[in-house]
Amino acid sequence: MRETALKSAHVALGARLVPFAGWNMPVQYGPILDEARTVRTKAGLFDLGHMGRVRIRGRDAEAMLQRLQTNDVSQIQPGRIRYAMILDEQGRTQDDILVYRNPGNDGFFLVINAGNAERDLGIIRACAAGFADAIVEDQTDALGMIAIQGPLSETITQRLTDANLAALKYYAWTRGTFCGVPMEISRTGYTGEDGFEVYVPAAHTARVWNEFLACGKPDGLQPIGLGARDTLRLEAGMPLYGHEIDEGTNPLEAGLDWGVKFTHDFVGRAALERIQAAGGTGRRLVGLRSDSKRVPRQGYPVAAGGTITGEIRSGAISPTLSTHIATAYVRTEHSAPGTALEFLIKDKPEPAVVVPLPFYKRPGKA
Amino acid sequence: MRPNDRKYLKSHEWCKIDGDVATLGITDFAVSQLSDLVFLDLPNKGSSVSADTSFGSIESVKAVSDIYSPVSGEVIEVNKALPDNLDWLSTDPFGQAWMLKVKVTGKSAGLMDAAAYEQNCADGH
Repeated sequence: MRETALKSAHVALGARLVPFAGWNMPVQYGPILDEARTVRTKAGLFDLGHMGRVRIRGRDAEAMLQRLQTNDVSQIQPGRIRYAMILDEQGRTQDDILVYRNPGNDGFFLVINAGNAERDLGIIRACAAGFADAIVEDQTDALGMIAIQGPLSETITQRLTDANLAALKYYAWTRGTFCGVPMEISRTGYTGEDGFEVYVPAAHTARVWNEFLACGKPDGLQPIGLGARDTLRLEAGMPLYGHEIDEGTNPLEAGLDWGVKFTHDFVGRAALERIQAAGGTGRRLVGLRSDSKRVPRQGYPVAAGGTITGEIRSGAISPTLSTHIATAYVRTEHSAPGTALEFLIKDKPEPAVVVPLPFYKRPGKA
Repeated sequence: MRPNDRKYLKSHEWCKIDGDVATLGITDFAVSQLSDLVFLDLPNKGSSVSADTSFGSIESVKAVSDIYSPVSGEVIEVNKALPDNLDWLSTDPFGQAWMLKVKVTGKSAGLMDAAAYEQNCADGH
């Protein structure tokens, strides 16, 4: 089991640690729903040391990435970030990733899922081998990664860094110092709130974590575990690999076509074009709301008027919306918002209704 | 030490047998492992339960767990107030948070006394 640089900090904070994607990670420090509310109303701090972090450089880095993933890297300005997927030749999703073009335009940075990191690195290295000068460096152990998320994130973080955060746009990143340590910081996150992700040399991760907590304490900043992170990302309609997307789904049926640009020759493009020409796969990822007493969970069948139409991929109690929410793949004819469906718990139907994704948008966000 | 007036299953249920009636519940260890409870599903009075077989389920924010019966028999009483007062499971798992009373016709072969159960929990099960 791998451990992040913050393992002992989590233990000292009373975290419950659980295995996640081969890492021993904090699932919660207190009640999960309270942690989710803290992020929506104040700010929360997350250890993301398990996420894979990869640098790509060399003359052919851009050409290699154009082949590797679905977004159009040539359209990413220096210091900007885009969401993308890695597909196989059949258009099946191998991972979803963020692609960062270095602020100095001297290469790229990728953040990949912990559970797929090993497979991704194999795919990335194999892709790079087809180019004369594309260098792949796994930085997962060399860098710590900490996220601060919530409406007070900028106020708290600005006290600790010389980077001008007011000028840092959503899905942009920059270099600066943090508590005097050289670091990189992006305005990104996985909660639907404003916030930042900070990348620091591994040896300084614990110090940065502790400085964050001490500095944000008067504002109500709390450490937040993976349990609340999952609830928050689901409320914000953000996919999680192994749930909404996996090697059995493609980006079109998952509603992630905005992360796919048919302007370049990426692995899986031809397959997606064939699927598009055929009018899709006949199913769609949708959001469901339910006021049932029971919580919809991954794997529960979904039915329309007693006939199975799909299955739940993620489900949770939404503390922000005070209802239960879920994602499910259903037949296209049952995917329109307002459609009444049922999810089945041991064959017992519980009512649910199709709603648009995301479930939650923070106030003031377009 | 947990109460030694009752028996325990490895899956963290307890039963207290008085004559031919067993009172059933789950232990504080189970409650701490589940955390953030949101829903409890119990069988109806008059239904039957079987030793080592699931008789209900308990749901936390993140998971659903089956609850296994330490005994076989007919359910003669259900703690109807418990599903609406799940905090009792945290405050008084061995008392107020009892779940069922069962007229016993058989018992699980896996019942442990308090000391053996203590060891089971210490071993991290």
